[in-house]
Amino acid sequence: MDVMYEEEYNQIQEVVDRLHRDSNAYAVLLIDKNGQEIAAAGEIENIDTTSLSSLTAGNVAATGGIAKLMSEREFSTQFHEGERTNVHISIVASRVILVVLFDERSSLGLVRLRVKKAGNEVGQIFDSMMQKLEQPSQPSIFAEITDDDIDNLFND
Amino acid sequence: MSFINYSSREINCKIVYYGPGLCGKTTNLQFIYQKTSPEAKGKMISLATETERTLFFDFLPLSLGEIRGFKTRFHLYTVPGQVFYDASRKLILKGVDGVVFVADSQMERMEANFESLENLRVNLAEQGYNLDKLPYVLQYNKRDLPNVVPVDELRQYLNTTNVPDFEAVATTGEGVFDTLKAVAKLVLT
Ligand SMILES: Nc1nc2c(ncn2[C@@H]2O[C@H](COP(=O)(O)OP(=O)(O)OP(=O)(O)O)[C@@H](O)[C@H]2O)c(=O)[nH]1
Ligand SMILES: [Mg+2]
Repeated sequence: MDVMYEEEYNQIQEVVDRLHRDSNAYAVLLIDKNGQEIAAAGEIENIDTTSLSSLTAGNVAATGGIAKLMSEREFSTQFHEGERTNVHISIVASRVILVVLFDERSSLGLVRLRVKKAGNEVGQIFDSMMQKLEQPSQPSIFAEITDDDIDNLFND
Repeated sequence: MSFINYSSREINCKIVYYGPGLCGKTTNLQFIYQKTSPEAKGKMISLATETERTLFFDFLPLSLGEIRGFKTRFHLYTVPGQVFYDASRKLILKGVDGVVFVADSQMERMEANFESLENLRVNLAEQGYNLDKLPYVLQYNKRDLPNVVPVDELRQYLNTTNVPDFEAVATTGEGVFDTLKAVAKLVLT
């Protein structure tokens, strides 16, 4: 999954927003397996979502490595329980990672239930996006970037 | 194959620093972190042992500005160089857009450089990548030390495919940004 267009992005954001509401979570994050943030909802101003995404992806990758050793395809969910914050991590459609941060306003049971539904929806959106990407591609912006553009990035 | 978000107009690229143990990968990222203005960088994460050896990865997110209306983000990662962390190295290579191979210029590390470069090829191939088709640059680090192999010789042994290469002293930052800029160019143009 290397490209994201407006239409799917909006659909995904909608699912993430709804999951945030329906699960009483304080934040929800959708990231790709390489640790890039795709969408977020909730009280994310106080969270370093870039670090959280990268560490979660590393964690999921390491857990996937353990699964392989056990001849399991994957361990699709992880749950970390803290004193105030709990973290529910799940792999969706084998492709992306859904992270739900919640506290005593919610419960693991509710989060599990809502994550399942949201996961299915996200999976469908990605499936249709993959089909779209298989069609002849739109012009890449990479065709336009020059060496000077990159020099400028590093100059200021 | 970077991640392009046409909705938020962002390009994200993952660059991995690879190389033998103690060659200076983490030091490269630390220097970049120190020299980048606060608005352009996120937190640097180092998952390291108590003796400062990389255990899983270092991570440094940079967002240096816009190109053609797209916010350009680089996610820099280092791998753990110690031989027995091979499983972790493989994981970090997933989704890589560009590779910096940091070689240790010291005579006694030549064999380690070879082994690590070979290990890079094998681990990439396992995931369906080919180093010769990937944006890839070489850095000859630790040029300040007395027992270094001449650059011509390093080039002959390590840079068999003639990719851009740079001499560096990561502790003082010499060559560090030249290396990064070169791999960024290969990834984005
Ligand atoms: N003299 C000299 N020392 C260097 C240079 N670059 C790094 N070092 C030192 O080499 C040691 C190891 O550097 P690191 O950056 O931790 O090495 P690494 O490649 O990340 O090692 P691993 O995490 O084990 O893979 C540190 O003590 C650095 O200060 C250099 O250019 N010259
Ligand atoms: Mg290191």
